[in-house]
Amino acid sequence: MVVNCEQVWPEISNFVEDDVTPEVRAAMEEHFRICPRCASVLQGTRNVVGLYGDARLFSPPLGFSWRLHRKLAGAIPGKRGTFFGWVVAVAAMGLVAGSFSLASSHGGAHNAVRSQLAQPGRHIPSALVVLVAEHSRVFHVRGCRFIQDDEGHLREMPAAEAIREGYAPCVRCLKEYVTEAAAKFVRRQVLALALR
Amino acid sequence: MEATAPHGETHERDLIRRVQNGEHERFYELVRPYERRVYAAAFAILRNEADAEEVAQEAILKAFANLRQFRAEARFSTWLIQIAVNEARMRRRKDRSSLMEPISEPENEEEAYTPRDFADWREIPSEALERKEVRQLLLEALASLGEKYREVFVLRDVQHQSIQQVSELLGISTASVKTRLLRARLMLRDLLAPKVAGGGFSREPFSKGSKPWS
Repeated sequence: MVVNCEQVWPEISNFVEDDVTPEVRAAMEEHFRICPRCASVLQGTRNVVGLYGDARLFSPPLGFSWRLHRKLAGAIPGKRGTFFGWVVAVAAMGLVAGSFSLASSHGGAHNAVRSQLAQPGRHIPSALVVLVAEHSRVFHVRGCRFIQDDEGHLREMPAAEAIREGYAPCVRCLKEYVTEAAAKFVRRQVLALALR
Repeated sequence: MEATAPHGETHERDLIRRVQNGEHERFYELVRPYERRVYAAAFAILRNEADAEEVAQEAILKAFANLRQFRAEARFSTWLIQIAVNEARMRRRKDRSSLMEPISEPENEEEAYTPRDFADWREIPSEALERKEVRQLLLEALASLGEKYREVFVLRDVQHQSIQQVSELLGISTASVKTRLLRARLMLRDLLAPKVAGGGFSREPFSKGSKPWS
């Protein structure tokens, strides 16, 4: 059996698949020996199959598996942590939003605020113990490095009371405090979830 | 070369039975070996990473929701990829209805395909795939194929499904699978061979309308 180029091309794919009769295979092999063009087509076809068959070519994007499993966790019933995860996320968002609000509160001035330029405190835990100085206009959390030495005697009081007395929050330390508190809270919840 | 679950089909059947009986957490173990293949199937149809990821997620979630309907006579991997193919096709139809993107379909499938380029393409070492530009070139070449050729090629040569499985997945005859596979392989060879110079790949990108067969 002798085959020519036009008869070889339609069978090249089947030849690569080893899906031709022994007789056709022998005839094609003979043709490839004498026809460099068809031999080139065969080699190229094998290269295509080999290159595209390599699993590395279709690697999913980074984090694909993690995102998939996170989505599955939300869909699989009985998987603990799903609702809790939402609670954590919402709580964390609330705290972060509070810190942003505190840091960027440019609303109308409050008559009772001691400083005409300061803004009244909002979204600050009312029971938070803060420090105020008699002649100062702002209140701080303990350890704030922006408490001035000349602020005089420091008093401790709940944040709600400081706000009532017209003290404005120290934007620097209270922003740091709220942001850090939010981060700590999220870290604790993530750790708790991981240990379950 | 069909990839199977790490502990074989018996273990896979056992996992499926457990998930069907309420051990839902076992589903992670069941799908993990096939995640990449589901993504690849979606990517081959959609040609977009973000869409492929989203469709792969939807397909796997759908598989979980419908696992009770899975029948043991089928392979789990084939069933899963079938879902991914269907989801990707639905997404593509939806996108196309809004975009009206022209899809290039080469000449009549029944006509004999004639190779257009006889450049000598020496064997490419698999290390070539380590290079980003080579992977990009291969993906661009694949993306330039018509849909019906790309689907068959990916299922057979990327997913390593058998000709019979590809026929069942796409709902076409085995003869059509073989014809499309032949054309896809030869078209890719025609596209890639001229880019290969002395065993390496040139960086010249493919451009629309410059396909060797058009």
